[in-house]
Amino acid sequence: MSDLAEAAKERIQKEGLPLVAESKTNLPLYVSIRELPLRFQFGTSKIQKFFEGLKDGKIYMTRCNKCGEGFFPPQADCPKCIDTDVKWIPLSGEGELLTCTMIFVKPSTFMHYDNYVVGIAQMKEGVRVLAWLRIADPAEIKPKMKIKLQTTIRKPEGILTYEFVPI
Amino acid sequence: MNLKNVGIVGVGHSTFGNRYDVRIDELAWEAASEALKDAGLEAKDLDFLVVGCAGGWSAESLPAVICSEYCGTLPKGSMRVEAACATSSAAATVAYNLVASGYANLALIIGVEKMYESPGPVQIELIGRAGNYFWEFENFGMTFPGYYALHATGYMWKHGMKEEDLAEIAVKNHHYACMNPKAQFRKEISVDTVMGSRYIAWPLKLFDCCPLTDGSAALILANEDIAKKTSETPVWISSIGASTGTGNLSRRDMFSKLEYSGLESAVEAARQAYKRAGIDYQDAAQQFDVACVHDCFTVAELMAYEDLGFCRRGEAVNLVREKQTYNGGLIPINIDGGLKAKGHPIGATGCSMIYSLTKQLRQEYGKLAGKEAQATINKGRALAHNIGGTGHYAYVTILDLEKPHY
Repeated sequence: MSDLAEAAKERIQKEGLPLVAESKTNLPLYVSIRELPLRFQFGTSKIQKFFEGLKDGKIYMTRCNKCGEGFFPPQADCPKCIDTDVKWIPLSGEGELLTCTMIFVKPSTFMHYDNYVVGIAQMKEGVRVLAWLRIADPAEIKPKMKIKLQTTIRKPEGILTYEFVPI
Repeated sequence: MNLKNVGIVGVGHSTFGNRYDVRIDELAWEAASEALKDAGLEAKDLDFLVVGCAGGWSAESLPAVICSEYCGTLPKGSMRVEAACATSSAAATVAYNLVASGYANLALIIGVEKMYESPGPVQIELIGRAGNYFWEFENFGMTFPGYYALHATGYMWKHGMKEEDLAEIAVKNHHYACMNPKAQFRKEISVDTVMGSRYIAWPLKLFDCCPLTDGSAALILANEDIAKKTSETPVWISSIGASTGTGNLSRRDMFSKLEYSGLESAVEAARQAYKRAGIDYQDAAQQFDVACVHDCFTVAELMAYEDLGFCRRGEAVNLVREKQTYNGGLIPINIDGGLKAKGHPIGATGCSMIYSLTKQLRQEYGKLAGKEAQATINKGRALAHNIGGTGHYAYVTILDLEKPHY
């Protein structure tokens, strides 16, 4: 529970109202007693092969069979051809780093991770991918450095995802 | 297109900052009431209210309704518009078209954001989700500074920019925010202040980033007949360019190109706006007395110089080093403090830019912020460059003292 919510609870017990003085400005705040947890869910039917691939250690892109446009993230629809005739292609993993950042101030749901490096790499197949770069010393990052894209298990959740590693 | 001319006849602006003292409707009214007084109008005179509010962090789900009621525009039509950080430029585009088409004679736009109704980490999380949720956020925890940091690194690797160059932009914008009584940060800083601040998303540091802000800004648009009657100096909206970029940053071709480090959407929006206003892209810097560009991060201002054609690719750092974007330079930019130091209430920023530029063109800005902050007006033209997300949305609005002829 946040400090504000905690303070609001105390104020309710004392005076029946969740009125709390804001810590920096001392202005009165009404702290809502209704908390709304949000967890979204979305359909994967059209790109189920991508998730099946992760289980086999593969990272798939798609390519339109008509116009040849490559898609990563993979998608089953080509808006240009108005067609769903796409090929599923496993990426070789070979690529080079185009840019990166290291996230120091993290979103609230990422607080439990160490600071992480996020990069965008140009893959041999023509598409670009955004993912974490696993690197012991960020000072070793160089423009255009060769990287490999591979599947990984993210701890502590144990979730299958993908990452870059330096070659 | 056979559109009517549209003039800005009233502008208003709240104080930006932590506005724990007011609710969203009260905050909206601060700007709306000032705009009504400025125009010499009453709420009942208005035909339509467009509210720009990105929302998510604040309690009200229907801000357009809450604000309509508080501002006295009921039962006139209203809507809420969202285009991330370009929300109120998008709202202004809607209102512009309502008036230009003849659907409304007078339209009010209120850009308003109440970010501090949620704790800071929640705001950071929600802004970080403003990309492509599954492919950038769910497993990779991108943040808004992180997205722009990817651009900053790309720029450094291509053009040899230094972190100190970015710091110079923060120094400039803080300098001008000191003069703006409505700004959030009114404190001079030095390059050392920026360089000594902690990393938020390498290579961007705390002082490269705009703050989280509560605030509102309002504009009243009128058709030509009313504009001429209502205002001695209507400021005309002569052109609006709008463009959309990929949700996923990895889909931006620009990252693979050696010569290019800006936002494709901003270039497209600028080209559209310049075409309609008859401005040559290569000569753009000479065409405006003053500009507001989207400096949510210092690097974003640098990219804007190039995307708007104010200099060639890779040369924005020279404009910074030579102080060409201070008042009196080649083109004064963000001399109201910019998002960086004036503050960035997401849904209010576009209207805030147009507020500053309208005051500049009317030569009233000096009364608000002092002579040093009033640009010399001889071309009679100003530009607002408002980006939503990381080039996800781009709006370029051109304001003119001279009535446009299409």
